[in-house]
Amino acid sequence: MRLKLIPDSTKFDFFKLQTLSFGISTLAVIASIVLFAMVGLNYGIDFRGGSVIMTETPGPVATQDYRDLLGELEVGDATVSQISDPAAELTGAAQNSALIRIEQQDGEAAIQNETVQMVVNALQERFEGLTILSTESVGAKVSGELVQAGILAVGLAVAAVLFYIWLRFEWQFALGAVAALVHDVILTIGVFSLVGLEFNLAIIAAILTIVGYSLNDTVVVFDRVRENLRRYKQMTLRDLLNLSLNETLSRTVMTSVTTLIALIALYVLGGETIRGFTFAMIWGVVVGTYSSVFVASPILLRLDVKRDWSKDGEGPTKGPRKGGTKFAHIDA
Amino acid sequence: MLGYPLWKKICVVLVCLAALIFSAPNLFYAQVEESNDAVAAGQQGDWPSYLPSDLINLGLDLRGGAHLLVEVQVADVYQDRMDSVWPEALRVLREQRDVVGTVRQLDTDQGELLMRIGEPAGLDTAIAAIRELAQPITTLTGIGSTDIEVSAEGTDLIRVRLSEAEKSATDDRTVAQSVEIVRRRIDESGTREPTIQRQGSDRILIQVPGVGSSQEVLDLIGTTAKLGFHHVINQTTDENARAGAGNLLLPDVSQPGVYYIVERRAIVSGDQLVDAQATFDQNNNPSVSFRFNAQGARIFGDHTAENIGNPFAIVLDNEVISAPRIQSYIPGGSGIITGQFTTQETTNLSILLRAGALPAELVVLEQRTIGPELGADSIEAGRIATAVAFVAVLVFMALSYGLFGLFANVALILNVAMIFAILSILGATLTLPGIAGIVLTVGMAVDANVLIFERIREELKAAKGPARAIQLGYDKAFTAIIDANITTFIAAIILFAIGSGPVRGFAVTLGVGIITSVFAALLITRLLIVTWFAMRRPKEIEV
Repeated sequence: MRLKLIPDSTKFDFFKLQTLSFGISTLAVIASIVLFAMVGLNYGIDFRGGSVIMTETPGPVATQDYRDLLGELEVGDATVSQISDPAAELTGAAQNSALIRIEQQDGEAAIQNETVQMVVNALQERFEGLTILSTESVGAKVSGELVQAGILAVGLAVAAVLFYIWLRFEWQFALGAVAALVHDVILTIGVFSLVGLEFNLAIIAAILTIVGYSLNDTVVVFDRVRENLRRYKQMTLRDLLNLSLNETLSRTVMTSVTTLIALIALYVLGGETIRGFTFAMIWGVVVGTYSSVFVASPILLRLDVKRDWSKDGEGPTKGPRKGGTKFAHIDA
Repeated sequence: MLGYPLWKKICVVLVCLAALIFSAPNLFYAQVEESNDAVAAGQQGDWPSYLPSDLINLGLDLRGGAHLLVEVQVADVYQDRMDSVWPEALRVLREQRDVVGTVRQLDTDQGELLMRIGEPAGLDTAIAAIRELAQPITTLTGIGSTDIEVSAEGTDLIRVRLSEAEKSATDDRTVAQSVEIVRRRIDESGTREPTIQRQGSDRILIQVPGVGSSQEVLDLIGTTAKLGFHHVINQTTDENARAGAGNLLLPDVSQPGVYYIVERRAIVSGDQLVDAQATFDQNNNPSVSFRFNAQGARIFGDHTAENIGNPFAIVLDNEVISAPRIQSYIPGGSGIITGQFTTQETTNLSILLRAGALPAELVVLEQRTIGPELGADSIEAGRIATAVAFVAVLVFMALSYGLFGLFANVALILNVAMIFAILSILGATLTLPGIAGIVLTVGMAVDANVLIFERIREELKAAKGPARAIQLGYDKAFTAIIDANITTFIAAIILFAIGSGPVRGFAVTLGVGIITSVFAALLITRLLIVTWFAMRRPKEIEV
């Protein structure tokens, strides 16, 4: 007896509610942009400069006690947040720990090392048994560069992928895939604006992974579309896309589920340091799966595609062909 | 029908065996690391020498340590260079005294030399004479240019500065020298396996595992430790006193409010030192003893002989540590620096003096220190999360695809072994995001198998025989697998190229994971399925 998440043959009409899903996606994208513009991202020190001190104490310490100390030291803008790790008992992570964040003086290229040392010394004096788990400081010069590098990385990734898909498929596919991709990236930025999770270098890495994953999903569907375009020359594009989506649905769901299983384990057990990172990935897998079905394919339907793939060869997998399927046949 | 040539089988089996053998040391991490240390120290390690002993490096976020990105203030050096031009310029202008008149140096902090001549009419002659001093530059980019640029200012001023080509050549030397000095200082302090790398045109990345506070590293690299013995012109309590051209007004480090006017040019400087040791003076106060090289000893000896009764200042990083009066001729070139030091300070100072002065100041742009406790917590959390993710995926695959799922699971286990083996051989650094990359790979690696299995199911439904269905399943899933993985791989490459530190670690594991998972799905599971099929010859299969 097999565990089957998706029945053997499905015949969903993915375009029946097209207007609705398209509307939802458009709304979500607009909402994300508005959120980003109005609320903005909670940039970490990687992008804004400043210092973060992570502490651990044997017993609980009230946030206010930390704040009082920082007030006495007159370090300027500083925030304190307690870390509660639900899986701490299981993984042996620090139980009573807090993050103290000190803002960087405007435009200061060097880090505020004296301030951090002063706070560290004062903390250890005031709270008995306090351990400094980590300190991080980033000066304005580096943070400015990291912002640039981050934007450049995401931009380059999108461009490179657009190019690759255009090379392997047709331009309509590339546009569909990139639309899905941009949709995922914008929604991720939107959700980070909404929940106020810290946005740092690791999140950029997560976004790039989402870019990769979202494409992975889209490409698998497109690959099937390409194959079916050759096989069913008379079928309407809408039926053909539906057929392709249904044929790949089981795989789409299976892969998303295995990836999500792994990511959720990491989210729950992986510790505080990478929680934001795994959250972004989980979100990315969910929206990436959604977008390859409900964004990429409808766009392909609207743009219409070249139907005449047959010139390169007959039938789906007989012999090596020129064009689209350079890797199609291997002698394995 | 299900072709799988023997040579390919042998290759795949060999690769899998190699993966298992080369990933094995990581299972005994502490033991192997200890043994490697012992071997490095020339002793017998307890890890068998016939087994591979390469380990994955743990990143600073996992083992704890300090990460510092510093910028070398390359412009600091320009002024020194200009100061050394001054005596030369003075010499050539004196030869032309009839035409140019008297020459005076004006005070400037701009990394340039500014001179006023007595006879404005001789300006052109003076400039021509100084231009004679310029040396041609032999670097690739600076062909045809000289090291200094001389220009007229007003009617009687001459400005000399370094040319752009010379500046960039100087910058390059300054940074290379700084890297060397930082390395010597950190090595002298006895820290284990530091990484000191030049980054970009004027930056140095310093990573020191195992230190609990970046302050320990900053104490070593935060001071330039420029030592000089200077002729004292005057002592004053006026902090705004005019030092005059070619002189410096410096504070006394132990007596607030006391200042010395000293000559900018040192009699002898720290680069002439051959040794420095922390010690105690006759009153048992911590102090630092030093010894000059032959040349330094001679210069210092000559100076003391000529200046008996005059004070000289021992200057460290623009502060006067002490200004003793010369009692007698000091031959031999050794001495002792006393001041108000603690023993920790004298130990550090002697390290700094032995390693040499930094040519320019270092400014810290970025600092990250992870305590060993947090690193250990992260490793533990990563280990548990990976194990749980791994088991969950294995169970899910077995439930979904039965026997074929088990085949995929064997491939998945070998896949992870391959990732660890490759990372160990490459000597790659595993960071916490890197662990996340491995976990993600575990989730995504099955994707290729899922694609193949789903395809086989479809082909079976189309009433193909089992062997044909397997063959077609593999063939038809191939393009999707390759296209899908190449796109993710592109993202990994971009991450690697642009990212830094932990993010790079993530990119490496992601990239390696993509390659191994494609290998595992296309070759390992296929080998298992083909072998099973050849042995059993089932009439029908269920996937």
